[in-house]
Amino acid sequence: MSVITPRPPTAQRPREATARRMGFRQRMGRWDVKVSPYLYISPFFILFAVVGAFPLLYTAFVSVHEWNLLGGQGEFVGLTNYRDVFAQPTFLKAIGNTFSIFALSSVPQVIAALALAAVLNANLRAKTFWRMGVLLPFIVAPVAVGLIFGRLFADDSGLVNALLTQVGLEPLGWHSDRLTSHIAIATMVNFRWTGYNTLIFLAAMQAVPQELYEAAIIDGAGRLRQFFSVTVPQLRPTIIFVIITATIGGLQIFDEPRLFDDQGLGGPSRNWMTVAMYMYDVGWGNQKNFGRAAAIAWLLFLIIIVVALVNFLVSRRIATSDSPRGAARLLARGSGDAGRTPAADATRPTTASKET
Amino acid sequence: MSSIPVIAQSAGPGAARWAARRRGRATGGANRRPGWVTYAILAVVLLIAVYPLYYTLQLASSDAVSIARNPIPSLVPEGNLFANIAEVLGGRVPFGKAFVNSMIISVSAAVSVVAFSTLAGFSFAKLRYRGRGPLLVFVIATMAVPTQLGIVPMFILFTELGWANNLIGVIVPAMVSAFGVFWMTQYLDQALPYELIEAARVDGASMIRTFWHVALPAARPAAAMLGLFTFVQHWVAFFWPFIILTSNNPTLPMAVQLLQANYFTDYSLVMAGVLVTTFPLLILFVVAGRQLVSGIMAGAVKG
Repeated sequence: MSVITPRPPTAQRPREATARRMGFRQRMGRWDVKVSPYLYISPFFILFAVVGAFPLLYTAFVSVHEWNLLGGQGEFVGLTNYRDVFAQPTFLKAIGNTFSIFALSSVPQVIAALALAAVLNANLRAKTFWRMGVLLPFIVAPVAVGLIFGRLFADDSGLVNALLTQVGLEPLGWHSDRLTSHIAIATMVNFRWTGYNTLIFLAAMQAVPQELYEAAIIDGAGRLRQFFSVTVPQLRPTIIFVIITATIGGLQIFDEPRLFDDQGLGGPSRNWMTVAMYMYDVGWGNQKNFGRAAAIAWLLFLIIIVVALVNFLVSRRIATSDSPRGAARLLARGSGDAGRTPAADATRPTTASKET
Repeated sequence: MSSIPVIAQSAGPGAARWAARRRGRATGGANRRPGWVTYAILAVVLLIAVYPLYYTLQLASSDAVSIARNPIPSLVPEGNLFANIAEVLGGRVPFGKAFVNSMIISVSAAVSVVAFSTLAGFSFAKLRYRGRGPLLVFVIATMAVPTQLGIVPMFILFTELGWANNLIGVIVPAMVSAFGVFWMTQYLDQALPYELIEAARVDGASMIRTFWHVALPAARPAAAMLGLFTFVQHWVAFFWPFIILTSNNPTLPMAVQLLQANYFTDYSLVMAGVLVTTFPLLILFVVAGRQLVSGIMAGAVKG
């Protein structure tokens, strides 16, 4: 530092004088260096312990007890709550609904987001405008989305059915049929999240090294071929990331289906009641049975872990089978490491790990 | 006579475009301007993104009778918008209180998440100490834990603490975010040179002074995006506030849900409520949407 700020020699004396008095301050300084790093990260860990880790573990404790919203903790009942939950036909139906809505939303969403990102990845005029337009639905509250689409998909006087009758088709029972209601709810989820995921894919696409495309063009690959043989394999870590987040969020879906009608119970025959809605109904609805609600929470947690794991493995395979070797070959042929962005480098460890 | 310039005009830009397209093809399409098909696709997507909001405006400016009579709303909004909004704001659902509550929650969450995340990010990115790596991995791992699943015991705990039906009960779980810590760590790792920190230390600044005068200014762009993101996230959050708060002390999404329960027959009023809830974020989006977009994009590359 003395190079940058050369001190006049006269400044030497007072500095030495203060240095002699530094004993205490120096010790404080060392203590500061040692403790501060932990101090700075402690808020996260303390709060996570209170609102993250503790509740998750305590859920297990509650789930093996008789426990009521009003009465509080009752006696230990072992796995009875779990058995009771499984004995409820509504629970099994809720699981079916959740999976159906999840599949109907996440699959088209990832595909649409990928396609849309490819479109946005062109050298557009007014880039930011289009990107903002795509993200706009993300700021609409899920509750509002539930209400808006609940109205759009109304059985008797909704816009969608009115348009269907206009073109000579039969109106669909968006609220009365099971599958159509799932499609309507999946549409809401897709409305809100497709743009968000598009931007994530777009960012990853812009990090794909340009020389890969050049090499592909030299090899005679068309635009579609480039997309499937270069873009998709290069995006693999991002695709996996998006699918995992979609799984965690999608299986917990509550807001949109709850607001799809004014009862909030998934329709007359629980046609679109999800697991999270069922958990709420058991804990805070008529039963007020916290033990069972906790058991549902844990079961949902296990389901999410299993599905996320399966998705992870499947998406790894899908993205790998799209001729990753072609991409690897192109990478080897490309003009070396020059011009590669750090972001592209970040994807490399995963690319390497797939070989093992 | 007039035909000559017309030909020249139409040939000029056309030829230029054609040449540019050829050049683009030769360079792998990186600088190629896309054709009208691309813009048409994007325009349709934009329409899909905007229409539900416009539909909300149409219904909110209408009344129950005309909604029931015309399932396909007129393209131009009707005249009842302000009357409906006034009726909703003056109605049984405490919208004013909900607005204040949502504001308090979202602002405190944003401020707190930014402050704690920057602090932790500074520590993880730039300070050396035992256990740093594993602790950071732990933070990232917690992102995979669905917090919604802990609501039963969290409700029990918060009721014991007297936080039920209290904004504290909503704010405390929102005060930190693993994503925020990760995001700030990533950003500061790149944006804050060690030289600056060392310079401050040599000048005799304490750790916290170094953080305040060196790290915090460097973190400002990322902090703005994180704050924006957190604000939006808590403005639209429903599930946990719905459980811990009651209907006379709601947040805006809860207020909208209450409208649906109260006025489900008159959708013009319900939609007026939706509009009231969405409008503030819409303004924020117009003002700061650019930042939000670049924030999501930047976060994505590293995530």
